[in-house]
Amino acid sequence: MIPALTLLLTCQLVGEALARLFALPVPGPVIGMALLFFGLRLRPAAALDGAPLATVAGVLLAHLSLLFVPAGTGIVRHAASLAAHGPGLIVALTLSTALTLAVTAFVFVKVAALVGSRAEPGS
Amino acid sequence: MITPDLARVETLWVYLATDPLLWLTVTLIAYVVADRISARFGRHPLANPVLIAVALLAAILTATRTPFETYFQGAQFVHFLLGPATVALALPLHRHWPLVRKAVLPILAALFAGAFTAVVSAVGIAAAFGVPHPILASLAPKSVTAAIAMGIAREIGGEPSLTATLVIATGILGAIMVTPLMVVLGFTDWRARGFAAGLAAHGIGTARAFQVNPVAGAFAGIAMGLNGLVTAALVPLILRYF
Repeated sequence: MIPALTLLLTCQLVGEALARLFALPVPGPVIGMALLFFGLRLRPAAALDGAPLATVAGVLLAHLSLLFVPAGTGIVRHAASLAAHGPGLIVALTLSTALTLAVTAFVFVKVAALVGSRAEPGS
Repeated sequence: MITPDLARVETLWVYLATDPLLWLTVTLIAYVVADRISARFGRHPLANPVLIAVALLAAILTATRTPFETYFQGAQFVHFLLGPATVALALPLHRHWPLVRKAVLPILAALFAGAFTAVVSAVGIAAAFGVPHPILASLAPKSVTAAIAMGIAREIGGEPSLTATLVIATGILGAIMVTPLMVVLGFTDWRARGFAAGLAAHGIGTARAFQVNPVAGAFAGIAMGLNGLVTAALVPLILRYF
């Protein structure tokens, strides 16, 4: 457990360092994700079910919702600003999110059909 | 019968109010309760665990007149785990790599179409309602993960903390809407559904995708990472026209 957690934090730390050293527009954890991904290509055994890294990652991702709760609670500080520009912001957020979901899924499905990329290999 | 005297109760509250233990524990309790409610309603999209936990905590903070800063001293330990959890997204990406590699073209096409739609529609609709420019700048990066969105907002003259709020609101809205919307539109491809959730609603959408299907979760994680990059490049270009 601890070596696996250490590996996750090390990837994040190296990612943060690279992002700052080279002034990259990508956040450190996303670079850390790429680093760990390349590491797993080299040592796929670490990703197998029951391996410590897979267990720790599984716990974190199973409760991803929890990790957004503190930032979400920050809404209490901006309730006034949201209310002041009320209808405009609420309509913009709702319509834009629905439109983005629809357009993204639509383009994905159409292009996948066009190039013959299927969800299940061989189906 | 033992009655604790009032002075002791007060000492206890002084200890609890200044120690991170209280708000860390309350955050976890709120989440456990929210997760139970969500499970009880069969993971119905409206019973979103983030929404329920945030509503509970907001009510408790308001009732106890606790400043957000005090609350966050305890909650920061949970917040901190967002970093390692993002790194951990490498595992589903690795596991579903054969599927991902075969979907490079749909991924790239959906990425650019989705990123463009997210920024233009949000800013366009808000501008039509007469929302002033600094708030438009805070709104533009609303679909990407909070850390990137705040960075973008800062660079284009928005207000980063307002952006964080709009990002979270977008995430919750997206997580609630994605399943019913995909059903109505008749999209059954888990890759497309997950990709849309991660692109439009970042980590909260990704959390919802993992709740529904592991392939959807993997594609949501990819969309979240890629959209951060594209939106950072796109927002300054688009905002010039508003």
